Amino acid sequence: MAETRSPLTVTNHKDIAVVEFRESKILDELNILQIQQSLNELITSRDRCKILLDFANVEHLTSAALGMLINVNNSIRSQNGQLRLASIRPQLLEVFTITKLNKLFRILPTREEALASFE
Amino acid sequence: MVQANDRGAKKRGTTVGPRQALALSFVIPSDFARGREVQDAVMRDVGRVGFTPDNAFAVRLALEEAIINAIKHGNRLDRRKKVRIAARISPRRVEITVEDEGQGFDRGSVPDPTADENVVKSSGRGIMLMESYMTQVRYDRGGRRVTLVKDNV
Repeated sequence: MAETRSPLTVTNHKDIAVVEFRESKILDELNILQIQQSLNELITSRDRCKILLDFANVEHLTSAALGMLINVNNSIRSQNGQLRLASIRPQLLEVFTITKLNKLFRILPTREEALASFE
Repeated sequence: MVQANDRGAKKRGTTVGPRQALALSFVIPSDFARGREVQDAVMRDVGRVGFTPDNAFAVRLALEEAIINAIKHGNRLDRRKKVRIAARISPRRVEITVEDEGQGFDRGSVPDPTADENVVKSSGRGIMLMESYMTQVRYDRGGRRVTLVKDNV
């Protein structure tokens, strides 16, 4: 395996971890597994984690990626953490709406609004 | 590299008239990377015939789900089992069949992922997305073959 680079970029804004995706397509099983592992490490490394997933780079995702996001959300909630999703382009937002996951996740239009929404 | 068998298809680089169609077919092992190559090849022609960005997005999403389903749930990642993909692509309509060599499935037995009790479960959204985004989705051969139809309107 030549590809060992993390699929995520994490920057800290005070106590909030802002996570960006390096790939424009969150599709491959392997890619999804790597993302989930990276996020799990982030979740378990912090007490009551606050995580913002910024989708600005993401053009495509699959149902498997949605499943991964649900697992991540469940993990964060079980630790009394908070998750926000932001900068999801309209085509992808429709995917969340169709699957009614727009009701499960806190989705904000911009990163700034998402940062301001943490409690 | 995936080789497409063009069946009566137009030559690449030529204009595709409204009544003409491109035809592609592929046979691949149960391998996600090979599935991706097929998807890219089909999407190149979908773009070439002038599908709108939204309709092309829908086709890509549904095709991705169908190929993953075939490899993962149909053939259960058994590389000896093949996935057959055939696409007929015209400016007005795309019709794609994806067939695996698995046990088949009953569409009626797949639970609704948007039901309250299922919404936090991580699986079950692929079929729903295919059916939401396509003009028509048909299952036959005991659920081993799915046909995706998208009109470019």
